[in-house]
Amino acid sequence: MHDLYRPGNSLFHRMHAGHKVLCLVFAGSTIFLVSNLITLIAALVMITFCYRLAGLSLSDAYQQLRPVVVVLLLILIVQGLIHSWTLGFTVIARFAFLLLAAGLLTLTTRVSDMITTIESNLHWLRPIGVNPGKVSLAISLTLRFIPVMRRVTTEVREAQKVRGLERNLPALAIPVITRMLKMSDDISDALDARGYDPH
Amino acid sequence: MNTKDIVYIALFAALIAVLGVFPPITVPVIGVPITAQSMGVMLAGALAGAKRGGLAVVLFLLLVAVGLPLLSGGRGGVGVFFGASAGFLFAYPLAAVIIGSLFERNATLPTWPVAFAYVTLGGILFLYAIGIPWIAVVANIPLSKAAIGSIAYIPGDLIKAGLTVAITLGVRRAYPAH
Repeated sequence: MHDLYRPGNSLFHRMHAGHKVLCLVFAGSTIFLVSNLITLIAALVMITFCYRLAGLSLSDAYQQLRPVVVVLLLILIVQGLIHSWTLGFTVIARFAFLLLAAGLLTLTTRVSDMITTIESNLHWLRPIGVNPGKVSLAISLTLRFIPVMRRVTTEVREAQKVRGLERNLPALAIPVITRMLKMSDDISDALDARGYDPH
Repeated sequence: MNTKDIVYIALFAALIAVLGVFPPITVPVIGVPITAQSMGVMLAGALAGAKRGGLAVVLFLLLVAVGLPLLSGGRGGVGVFFGASAGFLFAYPLAAVIIGSLFERNATLPTWPVAFAYVTLGGILFLYAIGIPWIAVVANIPLSKAAIGSIAYIPGDLIKAGLTVAITLGVRRAYPAH
């Protein structure tokens, strides 16, 4: 499956995924302590510069903001009319910084590295009853189920087309989900029959 | 948690992901695109139950966070949890838990209107009760302004609740839970 990763060899690409997550958590928390607009704009310029350092273009940076541009403008207008325009720009600058910082993490980190990092840190959650082996199995199964379910959907859609039901969502979803549930029961029986029991 | 729980959690996480690739349908009169993805959350609760459904949604969100473009429109990455409407995403797991526990109250299949009430309660009322104040707080705008912006999505959500009920009852008749 394709992910949002952009290959590269910059400092950001080479950084350990877990360290990048920690940096993001730190930057994301710190930015909420900053309420000075000039400082926030400086932070925005800095994070945009980081995109260049990571070998990404300004258009890559803009792509991170594009889905929410309309929402950000609406927030700015509502803020500007109710409170003050300075506060409006402060709020959207903070949003933009968070989105750009998070985007930088996503663009420079492979999904496999993120999953490995999560799996190797899951033992911290053992005290609250999380079994790392079981979480790993669930992640791998999901990634495998996605293409299988797409294939089953295509098959069922063709079959329902013959009956003139291709635009009827329940007529498509009910057979697909039923087949997937049957498949899931078979998979869990097969796992149990092989004595699957992770610790 | 037994093996079947794990496999079902993975299955419903995958279902939510697959529903994200359906192109959004634009409601004719109001012009708001509705996506099939939140229907996956409703289905996870209704079909997989409270525990499995809730964890399936958590797993789905985890895969989105690590950078898979599984949200409708091919969005993904940590950034989506920082947006103004992230409250809806954070409320998804509990919405599935609420729908699941309501369905689990009855030993038999609920009737159509009852099932519709369950899905609406968890999948619409609860989601909006978290999502709208969230927008108001993070964007620092009045609650009423945030609510007005979300009204346009209600017709689409009601359609999805209806489809969820039709699909849930159909699947349960074809393949009873065991």
